[in-house]
Amino acid sequence: MYDFVTQYGPLWGTLAAVGQILAFVIVLLLSLAFLLLMDRKVWAAVQMRKGPNTVGAFGLLQSFADFIKFVLKEIIVPAGADRPLFLLAPLLTFIFAFIAWAVIPVAPGWVISDINVGILYVFAISSLGVYGIIIGGWASNSKYPFLGSLRSAAQMVSYEVSIGFVLVTVLLMVGSMNLTAVVDAQAGGFWNWHLLSAGMLPWPAFLITIPMFVIFFISALAETNRPPFDLPEAESELVAGYQVEYSSTPYLLFMIGEYLNIVLMCALMTVLFFGGWHPPFDIAPFTWIPPVVWFAIKVVFFFFMFAMVKALVPRYRYDQLMRLGWKIFLPTSLAAVAVMGGFVVYSNAG
Amino acid sequence: MLQAAAFYILAASAVISAFMVVAARNPVRAVLFLILTFFSAAGLFVLLGAEFLAMILVIVYVGAVAVLFLFVVMMLDIDFATLKAGSAGYLPLGGLIALAIAAQLALVGFAWVGADGAAVHLQAPMPEDTHNIAALGALIYDRYVLFFQLAGLILLVAMIGAIVLTLRHRDGVKRQNMHRQVNRSRGEAVEVIDVKRGEGIG
Repeated sequence: MYDFVTQYGPLWGTLAAVGQILAFVIVLLLSLAFLLLMDRKVWAAVQMRKGPNTVGAFGLLQSFADFIKFVLKEIIVPAGADRPLFLLAPLLTFIFAFIAWAVIPVAPGWVISDINVGILYVFAISSLGVYGIIIGGWASNSKYPFLGSLRSAAQMVSYEVSIGFVLVTVLLMVGSMNLTAVVDAQAGGFWNWHLLSAGMLPWPAFLITIPMFVIFFISALAETNRPPFDLPEAESELVAGYQVEYSSTPYLLFMIGEYLNIVLMCALMTVLFFGGWHPPFDIAPFTWIPPVVWFAIKVVFFFFMFAMVKALVPRYRYDQLMRLGWKIFLPTSLAAVAVMGGFVVYSNAG
Repeated sequence: MLQAAAFYILAASAVISAFMVVAARNPVRAVLFLILTFFSAAGLFVLLGAEFLAMILVIVYVGAVAVLFLFVVMMLDIDFATLKAGSAGYLPLGGLIALAIAAQLALVGFAWVGADGAAVHLQAPMPEDTHNIAALGALIYDRYVLFFQLAGLILLVAMIGAIVLTLRHRDGVKRQNMHRQVNRSRGEAVEVIDVKRGEGIG
């Protein structure tokens, strides 16, 4: 990013950087439109329905029709709501969902900002995501949204802890917080991916990394309020949680932010555990496919897993959710950090 | 030029939002301004090149502490008008304390003399191959490891204290024992009774 400024001067450098960001955002939004459709199609297929199939061929344009419908509706602000905060909340969710993508490397050199504390940055931004929900729930001045936002605050803070520890194990393996370095450490074939190996460490590392990946996957479900952890929205008891009072564009912003966070979690799993843009085999037919396509394939695969979980698993009860987070994931991931730390020290010394 | 502009924007937002924390009428908004203050401080850390500290500030204070703070303030539903009713009486004392703190700050600012040669080290550039995370880690876990551990212990004691203070054992609370629940067999859970027509279960 800053290279642009040194390369082209302040004016053109800034313009080039802004252009790069805009292009990335547009690509993200367009892929999100089709991922949303995929989510609904997978859900429908599991329930033996057809899903959206009217707008465009196979319903391909459904998301765009929805978009136009959302934008053309009237924005309703409830009486007694805190108007500025009520409108700020969806914007916060939307913005935080986008800025986390700034450090995700999608292909060699294809990253908006290649900072040294990439992992921490993603973690920091994803921990901010809770504000959109909590402010939205409070500013609505209504009981259901308030209950939903309180639930979600407790839930997201709980699961952030174990996500943090999983991130720490990965950065212990790599020895760097730079996400490009994390991906580069996994080059050369699927046996080098962090899921199965810990880089230069001896083989039993997968005894730690596979449970860590499972913990990360489940915590990602909880962190993004996806089923089976969609308690903040819980249609059957809270109507729709913090979103009850939202309509039209503010609701759309909430929804885009939520789904973009899900895709971000898929991208993080790809980068941290599944080799980022690296193909599973480093030989001819696999290396013909460009790196960015490999990255996209892996992200879409994880999104498919998210969609399947949504379709298959019933919702957790709140006390079970808290028990899982604090009594199972937290001790396990904490122990994994200690073991992995010892492992790194041992293998560096020997 | 760009950095100076960023500094003035962040510093101004830090000062203004810090003032608004005190001035805001609504307690929830006050907490939100507090969060903005933390955020601006994190931005200032980034400008100083201390990106690790900035991220930790955002993760710990903005992402966790302030959320719980906001949580509590929202649930308590404090009415600031009644809280502030008698505050004018405290004005002389408060003003005195503020004056003392301002005087101390001024003393530190103007009368502070650095050690010989410290100024040279302050200007020394970072070695190219060390990140500030590694440098910070070397300091905390090597030279100041005792202080670091002590700080951790103090936090642990505070945490245990808070739990002990609020822990209450109540009788008759039904709890779910996952292990027993998963391990029970069909034999102990279900009983099939052959009910005769017209008699029911007596």
